[in-house]
Amino acid sequence: MKILVPIKQVPDTATQVKIGADPKGIDTTGITWIVSPYDEYAVEEALRIKEKRGQGEVVAVTLGSERAKEALRSCLAMGADRALHLSDPAWENADTLTVARALAAVIKQEAPQLVLFGRQAIDDDMGAMPAQVAELLGWPCASWIMEETISDDGKSVRAGRQVEGALDIFNIPLPCVLSAQKGLNEPRYPTLKGIMGAKKKEIKDVKAADLGLAADGAQLLVVALEALPPRPPGRVIPGEPAEAVKELVRSLREDAKAI
Amino acid sequence: MGLMKIFNEEHEMFRAAVRSFVDKEVAPHVEEWEAAGQIPRAIWPRMGALGFLGVEFDEKYGGAGADFLTTAVLCEELGRSRSGSLAMAVGVHTDMASPHLYYTGSEALKEKYLPAICRGEKLCAIAVTEPGGGSDVAAIRTRARKEGNHYVLNGSKMFITNGIMADLHFVAARLEAGDAEKRHRGISMFLVERESPGFSVSRKLDKMGMRASDTAELAFQDMVVPAENLLGQEGKGFYEVMRIFQRERLIAGLHAVSMCDRALEDTIAYARQRHAFGGPLTGKQVIRHKLADLATLIEAGRWLTYAACFKFQNREEAVKEISMVKLFTAEMANRVAYECVQIHGGYGYMREYAIERFARDVRLFTIGGGTSEIMKEIIAKEMEL
Repeated sequence: MKILVPIKQVPDTATQVKIGADPKGIDTTGITWIVSPYDEYAVEEALRIKEKRGQGEVVAVTLGSERAKEALRSCLAMGADRALHLSDPAWENADTLTVARALAAVIKQEAPQLVLFGRQAIDDDMGAMPAQVAELLGWPCASWIMEETISDDGKSVRAGRQVEGALDIFNIPLPCVLSAQKGLNEPRYPTLKGIMGAKKKEIKDVKAADLGLAADGAQLLVVALEALPPRPPGRVIPGEPAEAVKELVRSLREDAKAI
Repeated sequence: MGLMKIFNEEHEMFRAAVRSFVDKEVAPHVEEWEAAGQIPRAIWPRMGALGFLGVEFDEKYGGAGADFLTTAVLCEELGRSRSGSLAMAVGVHTDMASPHLYYTGSEALKEKYLPAICRGEKLCAIAVTEPGGGSDVAAIRTRARKEGNHYVLNGSKMFITNGIMADLHFVAARLEAGDAEKRHRGISMFLVERESPGFSVSRKLDKMGMRASDTAELAFQDMVVPAENLLGQEGKGFYEVMRIFQRERLIAGLHAVSMCDRALEDTIAYARQRHAFGGPLTGKQVIRHKLADLATLIEAGRWLTYAACFKFQNREEAVKEISMVKLFTAEMANRVAYECVQIHGGYGYMREYAIERFARDVRLFTIGGGTSEIMKEIIAKEMEL
């Protein structure tokens, strides 16, 4: 079974994000870049499916700058078999629909049985990709899955997705798109051998023309990033606990209108 | 790392992997291991599977075939774990004991033992020091004599890290008496299985620090070792021992620097949240300057260590530089420990704070693996004084 895992390189979760000199983007100096954590669940699940079935191929894909190759190499070190790097000036200011079109085109070329996304990238938190790509392909899609089992014949997948207080269970014919929620698995860290072996694996550069795509203007443009107003300082309610709690409840009810 | 880039993308990827392992599988258990006085055996096969235990060994023996700087990354990240004990236990297995087999053992011995060493199934210790002498390696009294197809060893060994749990002991013993001119003559290394007849652990030693790492006194009474378990050439072991000592001392430097990094981070975090006289400690000039001094000191130690790492990686002669690394970083770590405990005040003296353990752990650095005094003698000799 061939499984394609689209991933995104994002700033490390511990990054203190600062708005850049050009307010359309962030200041990238000193940032450590990682594979978006939800995407790691997707890579891990793809590797587990391959291992469980005893055969198959896991292909990692990203669209991004030259630097994004590092994220692909991390996936190769974890165990992905090969990678595709979509990189072209045509995609410079791509919005989600442009990226989804590129991914849909590469998926058509690769013809995997399963596409596994992370539920969203942790940088812009758009969460648009799984649904947009599934729509463009006309494939079924289950998002935020917590568990999955591929049928023995490889023709369908039983996926459980997280809903309030329950699991929503679907039987979905393949090919389909799934997106991983936290808790689907515990991603492995690459072994040293995996890291050493990653440089021998292929990262293929893919241009827009290779996918038969022309530059299409982004319909979604970032106008500017604005910093949130600083949080007002906390308020300490003095006094005996019994009295202080009364004041806390009153304040939550009347001032903050939180309860 | 500024202008000089030491580590490449693979090194950094490995660093991230080791750091994840430490965060998830080491950090939650450090206190428990310290209290128990041992590191659970189960973590070794796990580290083996991740490739930590045969970093530089050839792939055909189960290693990863990586370079010395990859080992440096492993040392730094284990040093940062707040478990000096784990860093030391791993360092002894991978960089102080098993290299004797890898660099001086016969092909048959390597094929027999290295894969299990890399997998973390067979653990290693290095037994050189004796009750009557540590720094003076040439004074070794454990004797080996050849009898047919095996050697018979008699003697005892002291302060042996991993001595309780190790399956394989790399034992230095004397095949012939040295003379006043050539005291090193006749010393060889033997690979000894713990099941060998005549091998025994006399006792587990109770230490000031590094308490999760087990340390033993060993006794050999007519211990029988197969002749093929002699490493290198008969009677020439001393030179090989000294060469691997260089590696050991560089590893100690990497541990010292990275442990200090973590201790300083912990101390800064404490000083930021600790308020006195109407503000955080980090606002007091006396504390700010102390922290600035410590950061500067550690940075100096780091680059002295990296410079020696480069020479070692390039197989250049670096006895003087490595001795300087061992001397400087060990003394540095103890100064950092003193000041970090001081900044923590009463809490720094309490067992519940990691800085207290750090201060006890690093006390070993000026003693183990060659004392500061011996390092100065080596440096002076290298200076041809």
